Amino acid sequence: MIRLEHVDKRFQQHHALKDVSLDFPENQTTVIIGPSGSGKSTLLRAINLLEHPETGHLKFDDLDVDFSKPLTNKVKFAVRRKSGMVFQNWNLFPHLTVLENITEGPRVVLHQSKAKSEQRAQELLKLVGLPDTGKRYPNQLSGGQQQRISICRALAMDPEYILLDEPTSALDPELETQVLRVLKDLAAQHQAMIVVTHNMDFARLVADRIVFFEDGEVLYDGAAKAFFAAPSGRIKQFLEAITLG
Amino acid sequence: MVLHTIMTSLPDLIKAGAEYTIPLAIISFVFGLLLAILTAVVKLIPKPQSNFAAFWWQILQAIFSFYVWLFRSTPLLVQLFIIFFGLPNAGVQLPAFLAAIITFSLNTGAYASETIRASINSVPKDQWEAAYTLGMTSTQVLRKIIFPQAMRIAIPPLSNSFIGLVKDTSLASSITILEMFTVSQQITAKNYQPLLMYSIVAVLYAIICSVLTWLQHYLEKRTSKYVSKEGVMN
Repeated sequence: MIRLEHVDKRFQQHHALKDVSLDFPENQTTVIIGPSGSGKSTLLRAINLLEHPETGHLKFDDLDVDFSKPLTNKVKFAVRRKSGMVFQNWNLFPHLTVLENITEGPRVVLHQSKAKSEQRAQELLKLVGLPDTGKRYPNQLSGGQQQRISICRALAMDPEYILLDEPTSALDPELETQVLRVLKDLAAQHQAMIVVTHNMDFARLVADRIVFFEDGEVLYDGAAKAFFAAPSGRIKQFLEAITLG
Repeated sequence: MVLHTIMTSLPDLIKAGAEYTIPLAIISFVFGLLLAILTAVVKLIPKPQSNFAAFWWQILQAIFSFYVWLFRSTPLLVQLFIIFFGLPNAGVQLPAFLAAIITFSLNTGAYASETIRASINSVPKDQWEAAYTLGMTSTQVLRKIIFPQAMRIAIPPLSNSFIGLVKDTSLASSITILEMFTVSQQITAKNYQPLLMYSIVAVLYAIICSVLTWLQHYLEKRTSKYVSKEGVMN
């Protein structure tokens, strides 16, 4: 389980995270929603230690990361071993083939054999509906395909959690649906995920829990059903503002 | 007559090229490139968080910055003279060939370090983050993800440096090294045919540099196979 305690982060003028405390339970899909610039991505990136908040704790199973201290490589490695990240622009390695993109982590970091890591990569490619793409280079594929491959890259490390930072924001609706289907399948298999997204249909369909985030603060943290069933105040206003008609 | 001069002088010139010009260029470029990578990496790694380590790291970075400044701000010929003719005054007597290798390596390293630094910086920060999230260390990210992409960008400017270096080895003639240009001068002193002799030696340099140009195109092709074929300009 991931637990954030009193996490606080400032960028020069901007107070991105204001004393945030949150739990992310195992085997569940938590969707973080909220307006742009609210600190959602900063929160997600802090869980993977890509951002370094000034104070607070990140508790990840038996690990306890104190943000007020310098982060050692050992701590970073231990945290990243347990969580995989999927980026808005997928960030595949352009000089490696699709197969190499997926096997690079297991081979370099986990010292897996070539045969073993490639076998696993082929399984993952099948899982996301892209068998036979292994020998191609990322730029020969569509954005939706690349994003599905970046999900494979994260899964290949067998993470407890997958963190997805607006995984479909750069995709057109058709390609977006391809990616969301993969995520829906993963959620059905109880792969723990934390997803920052603007796609409410996805949130409604897949989320076990919703975190509504605004201006560096958590305004809602609870069951997804209750979030959509009986919104009130600012949340009601937000949901209405992003719905047509 | 002309053909006779060419045929009699070519063996000596080619021998000088094979014995001195080419080894000088290749050895200096290899050492220069290693020095350049080291310099670029030292300048790029941010200072550590602890105060003590940060202090020494900044000193080290300052030393490398000073080195780059020094060798880019002074003429190569002057550097060659200081190291070969000047250093004996300070008690350091170097054989001419070694002095030339040291000078050319340091000079190439200073220029190439900026090329390498720029090409490492040109790889998007996202690539670092994507690799870090897989659990790679900084060294692993550099080696496996960043360098391969940076090298593709660095090949044309590094080829420039290499080609420049091949021609600059002719300056070694001024510190008694019997490379191609020195030998062409010696032959000219005997046959009084400067136009012909210096033209021959120019052609020989051009041939070596053409091979390097071909090598550059080959490497560019090999390292660019993952980039889409269409050019930027239409």
